[in-house]
Amino acid sequence: MSAPENAAAPEPAAAAAAPATAVRVAGVNKVFETRGGLVHALEGIDLEIAAGEFVSLIGPSGCGKSTLMRLIADLDAPSAGTITVFGKTPTQARLDQEYGIAFQQAGLLPWRTVAANVALPLELHGVASAPRKAKVEELLDMVGLADFADRYPDQLSGGMQQRVAIARSLAEQPRLLLMDEPFGALDEMTREKMQSDLVRISAETGAAVVFVTHSIPEAVFLSDRVVVMSPRPGRIREIVPMRLGASNAATTDAAARAARTDGLREDRSFFEMVTAVREALHGAPVAAGARGVETR
Amino acid sequence: MTDVDVRSTTPATDAAGGPPARGIRSGGSARSSRRGGSLARRRLAAVGWGVLGVLLLVALWEGYKLVAPADGVLIGETRVLPRPTDLAMPHVWDMIGRLGEPVTRSPSAQALWLVILLAALTTLGIAAAGWLVGVVVGIGLALVMQRWRLAEWGLLPWIVLSQTVPLIAFAPIVKSWGSRVEIGSFEWQDWMSVALIASYLAFFPIAIGALKGLQSPDRIHEELMQTYAAGYWATLAKLRFPAAVPYLLPALRLGAANAVIGAVVAEVSTGLQGGIGRLLIQFAGQASGDPAKAWAPIFGAIVLGLVAAGSVALLGAILKNYRRTEEAA
Repeated sequence: MSAPENAAAPEPAAAAAAPATAVRVAGVNKVFETRGGLVHALEGIDLEIAAGEFVSLIGPSGCGKSTLMRLIADLDAPSAGTITVFGKTPTQARLDQEYGIAFQQAGLLPWRTVAANVALPLELHGVASAPRKAKVEELLDMVGLADFADRYPDQLSGGMQQRVAIARSLAEQPRLLLMDEPFGALDEMTREKMQSDLVRISAETGAAVVFVTHSIPEAVFLSDRVVVMSPRPGRIREIVPMRLGASNAATTDAAARAARTDGLREDRSFFEMVTAVREALHGAPVAAGARGVETR
Repeated sequence: MTDVDVRSTTPATDAAGGPPARGIRSGGSARSSRRGGSLARRRLAAVGWGVLGVLLLVALWEGYKLVAPADGVLIGETRVLPRPTDLAMPHVWDMIGRLGEPVTRSPSAQALWLVILLAALTTLGIAAAGWLVGVVVGIGLALVMQRWRLAEWGLLPWIVLSQTVPLIAFAPIVKSWGSRVEIGSFEWQDWMSVALIASYLAFFPIAIGALKGLQSPDRIHEELMQTYAAGYWATLAKLRFPAAVPYLLPALRLGAANAVIGAVVAEVSTGLQGGIGRLLIQFAGQASGDPAKAWAPIFGAIVLGLVAAGSVALLGAILKNYRRTEEAA
């Protein structure tokens, strides 16, 4: 609970100085022991994510992108190498509630109402009833579900459930959001709507985001940088910086993100970036004319 | 989902924002009201089928009495169905009528139904005490087994084995051990032996059901609690126990029925006075002179089991929100 209070005071000073690093991954290996022998899930991963930056991890199945996210979240420990989250060990960062997390499934507790689900982390960390209520109201407003506060998860569509999960991940005002294919189970229309919402929300909160996906357009639309990974063993093949929209001159990432709208999906630069990421994924130039085709 | 044709999907995306949400909302309420209507009808049908079942049983009983040969149904020398005499099979109306008459011919005797009722209440009290002990022990064992894998491997076989011990052999031992227990001013009562035996039968389904329930949360929910830095007890209170409710309710109901059976059998085998088990034996002994009377405690025991199981069902109605699943209905 102390994290938000501590974060509130020094933040302007920190922002004025050099941009802080949200996540630093150095020389990380991850080996799983399975019945079939050792599986090298990750090998030699080096990655730095700045505060407020939106980074997508993309790659085919088995490239270790989810594993990398789980290591940052301290749900697994690396076999070698170090990870720091805001200068702390992942365990300390988890205990301090430095990050919020959302998975592919919404993972709502079915016996709790929408409001009670969003309130769960606050409840667990001893936030008093009145501020908790106010916070939940604000979060549900942000994801556009204020009218559904008293519903139960089984009364919501998949997209709405996922929005509740995102609201929940924002409850502790984290400076880092970890998202593991949160829109993977949604239909295309809901998905695009949710992407626009996420761009808006991340701009509003100024949080850094680590976003795991295997959709190229999704990664391109959302990210400041796209980390392209290759499988067996999971390695970073290329990091593609995104230069989208007219906001190249914008000073901060948050401002650039706020300028990102649905119109961007039809922008020329969008398709160029999609092509760039696809080429990085396949390791070779792709024939022109296939643009906009999603490799999923 | 192979072609992202941006021009045609953009209007659809805008539409996805507002109207579908409202559509889901109205669709939901319409669905629930329709469900409400059919629910009342289904409940009525359930009661109807229940009554029909009882009537069918009565018809079968009386029908058999009417058509069966005087010597019962025999295969070779073995009688597989009883003689349809009034001694072996009293008429249904005789059995019901007998309930309204006094227990004995003595002028101060109470009505049979009242005696049965009082005895049933006594047994219910003992069974309830046994059930509560069974709940505490069962859930306690489940907690230990959930917490430590090793405990599950070590304990579970013994828990299963415990149920194979014949109760009849076991009851007198419990009684004799109990009679030697004396701690300060506390003195072991005979009814406590009966309650203990009832709890012995009750704890088993509760332990198994609670273990299954406590282990039931999805991995995603467990990991979520981990990311919230929630400790063991917080996870237990906010996740494991609520998730266990759908498993616990049938287990508690089974435990309640088991506690009643255990109490009745233990009353018989320890010879405890005042309960329905004792009346079963006592009235069965008088069956040659008063055949309808022997059936009264049996009816009492049946009602007792129904009341016990029904009380737990009431608990289920209170906890109905814990029986929801995440999937859209």
